[in-house]
Amino acid sequence: MDSTKSSDKMPVGVLGGGSFGSAISNLLAENQPVILLTRSQEVADSINATHDNRGRTMHENVRATTNAREVAEQCRLIYPILPSAGFRETIKNLAPHLTPEHILIHGTKGVDVQLPEGVQLTSDYKLNPKKVNTMTEVILQETIVRRVGCLAGPNLAGEILEGQPAATVIASHFEEVIKLGQKTLRTPRFQVYGSHDLTGVEIAGVLKNVIALAAGALSGLGFGENAKALLISRGLVEMIHIGKHLGGDIVAVLGLAGVGDLIATCSSSKSRNFTVGYRLAKGETLTAILADMEEVAEGLNTLRISRSMANYLGIRVPLTETIYDVIYGEKTVEEGLDYLMKFPFYVDIDRSMFRGN
Amino acid sequence: MATKVHNSDGWLYDPILPDSSTWPIVQLTNHRDEFLKELVELSIQNIKETLGNNPSNLKDELARTLYTERIRLTQTPWKADAPDEKEFWSQVKKHMVRINAGHENPNAFGHEDLIRRIVTRYAEEIAGVFDVKAYDFAKGFTTFMFSRLLNASQGKGFSRFWDSRHNLHDKIHLIGEIDHIRELAKQGTVIVVPTHFSNLDSMLIGWAIQSIGLPPVLYGAGLNLFGIKIMAWFMNRLGAYKVDRRKKNTLYLETLKMYSELSLRKGCNGLFFPGGTRSRSGMLEKRLKLGLLGTALQAQRMNFVDDGEDAKKIFVVPVTINYNFVLEAQSLIDQHLKISGQEQYYVENDDFSTSSKMLRFIYKFFTASSEIAVRFGTPMDLFGNRVDEEGRSFDPHGHEVDIKKYFYSNGEITKDLQRDAEYTRMLGERIVERYHCEAVVFCSQILAFSAFRIFKARYNRMDLYGLMRLPSEDLTIRPKQLMDSVDKIVERLREMHAGGEIQLEKEILEGSLSNIVKKGIANLGIYHAKLPLMFNAEGDFQSQDIKLLYFYHNRLEGYGLHKVI
Repeated sequence: MDSTKSSDKMPVGVLGGGSFGSAISNLLAENQPVILLTRSQEVADSINATHDNRGRTMHENVRATTNAREVAEQCRLIYPILPSAGFRETIKNLAPHLTPEHILIHGTKGVDVQLPEGVQLTSDYKLNPKKVNTMTEVILQETIVRRVGCLAGPNLAGEILEGQPAATVIASHFEEVIKLGQKTLRTPRFQVYGSHDLTGVEIAGVLKNVIALAAGALSGLGFGENAKALLISRGLVEMIHIGKHLGGDIVAVLGLAGVGDLIATCSSSKSRNFTVGYRLAKGETLTAILADMEEVAEGLNTLRISRSMANYLGIRVPLTETIYDVIYGEKTVEEGLDYLMKFPFYVDIDRSMFRGN
Repeated sequence: MATKVHNSDGWLYDPILPDSSTWPIVQLTNHRDEFLKELVELSIQNIKETLGNNPSNLKDELARTLYTERIRLTQTPWKADAPDEKEFWSQVKKHMVRINAGHENPNAFGHEDLIRRIVTRYAEEIAGVFDVKAYDFAKGFTTFMFSRLLNASQGKGFSRFWDSRHNLHDKIHLIGEIDHIRELAKQGTVIVVPTHFSNLDSMLIGWAIQSIGLPPVLYGAGLNLFGIKIMAWFMNRLGAYKVDRRKKNTLYLETLKMYSELSLRKGCNGLFFPGGTRSRSGMLEKRLKLGLLGTALQAQRMNFVDDGEDAKKIFVVPVTINYNFVLEAQSLIDQHLKISGQEQYYVENDDFSTSSKMLRFIYKFFTASSEIAVRFGTPMDLFGNRVDEEGRSFDPHGHEVDIKKYFYSNGEITKDLQRDAEYTRMLGERIVERYHCEAVVFCSQILAFSAFRIFKARYNRMDLYGLMRLPSEDLTIRPKQLMDSVDKIVERLREMHAGGEIQLEKEILEGSLSNIVKKGIANLGIYHAKLPLMFNAEGDFQSQDIKLLYFYHNRLEGYGLHKVI
């Protein structure tokens, strides 16, 4: 794309200079200038001086800043690509500068829970699904922005940064948001699909991370494709089961954000969630793994939330329960596997799950 | 600040616009012909747009309209239909035949003349007339009747009819953010959206609105109600516009929507029952019918297009009407159980179909009635934002919001119906949320909720329909058990009230447990021949009609209260 021409266009904002935020910035930069909000001034300076973001090369159309206000004032369209844990805080800081004209399309695959002070999500905590917010809900609660969308799909940041072909889904209730997302993000190597099922797509993208943790563990144990296929297909069923209680939809699980993303993250050592599972199976402790990971594995947070939500709802989710027990040291990987293999499953797909959603 | 005046009529507030000639609704009537002309032209524009500006779609829609209208004439004729309906539609048919045979010179858009003819007829049917004298009369008359009936009901029959010791406002409580709403009505357009449980709601809300000093509101009334003579006489003069549920063709729907939009643009305050119809289950509305509410978004957008920074804003006021009992409860809950959640066509029931039935209904209502609370909720803009007394919008963190920009794309106002439909849907969700926060709980509802939940737990193997068939002998509760459960619910309700999640009548806030139960049992569905809950000879609580108990219990559904018992 001709960069002199694209610099006349209105810039697009990206919040978060992590690996996925960088990948999305670079894609966007092919079509228009990008203003990237980073947390550290040092990183911003480095991007502006040498296009280097901690080892990742940024497109020359990407300019970095640490000033949220600047992003809001110069961009009407903003992509928040932040870890779920810091999402609400960053959005709150941005909120005073936002107007109803702004459009936000987030790329965060996690959920937000507001717990009373001092309360921790433990294996027996009962979490009311009403207290679980999608990132869209956080945006609607904290800002005056109404035109909101989300971005989900098999988008391993490393591959996108290398310029490999990929596709994503932009989901929103607003046709305008989907079209704008497509216009700004589509490149010859990046296909963008649209969906109106915002919650369904969000939830599918969130829940798949739990399964990715388990896929990593299976791989770490040295198991092959049968085991992985078993995990993926049973994992999908459990995603639907839990997702329904969060307002998700079965159809979205079948799309890029569900099956698509699940296959990608369950097969790739580039996925953070996969890596956590893999290293656990190799005998490392969770604390040791987390200590040297650069970015958050969203699956861990989602796992705790899914587990305590299942307690509240009184539903059995054997996969999630087992993954939880293994990750938090109540079972070894082998014991977990043994438990699942002995669990009295009977039906492959329970048809009642597909009725009256 | 509003001036509150207590006088014998029960007036509480000064009218904010004392001079009726300045009321937008009066202006609308005074310039009715011009208004209708504008309405017709704008409707035709929208109809063409809806049909993709495609002459062959237009032709198809015309044929479909003619076909369905002729079926309506023979299969569902109403008393309120104009006498020349048949004549008109056979003319339309001839007109169409002439065009199709090429005898009529088809203009640029083919069937435009014919469309104008039909839309003009629809517009004239829909549009109401407002008559200040009739309004003054109705105002005086309703207040007079309401207070007389109320006084009669407090004594033994009509001997007390002329007493005025009971003020209407002692029984019908007008509460909530009234001063705030009055301020907003001075500078913008107000849309009142009440909950809907009873046929009396429309009269009650009309009376409530004039009692707080607002100029009259424009509201849509089912065309079927115009078949009742007294109703028709009033409604024809009070600016009600007619909504005909039988007509579902594009020409009619676009004309109706444009009527609503245009009247809002002209500054007429509006009233919508967003639930569409009375709540059959007794639950608060969960899903709203948004059709006409969507016209408010269009009106607001056009206000900004026409007047820029000086544009009038439109405000939404959710109102809850809270009863101790609903006169039609029996037939409503029967219908609900029959339909069990499915939206089906039902035959309009009989309890309101003639003038004498209606009068009997009103008489019963007042003679049996205990308190009613009409709560005017927190006003908001069309995007669910909080507004201050000057009508400025604010986000949750107190920053001012320029709502004009919700209509912006690329820095300017654009027309995007899909976007606006989403805004309307979101507004609907906000209204439902507010209904739950603005609902006023009466002692009687707590009793109904507790008792029904106890039965449900006791017979937990039965489904709802099994439960509904239980004989009265099996429906008794020891006082201790009910008191315990009421106690827990009251405690939870007080917590919720402190958090602004619900409103409570005074007794629940301050009264002792035994007083709450006493007041509750004295008021729970007292009008009904069989009581939803009463004391029996053994001193236990007993339900004579569990369906009614279920109906009144439903009002407290959706708050998660069953978790505390």
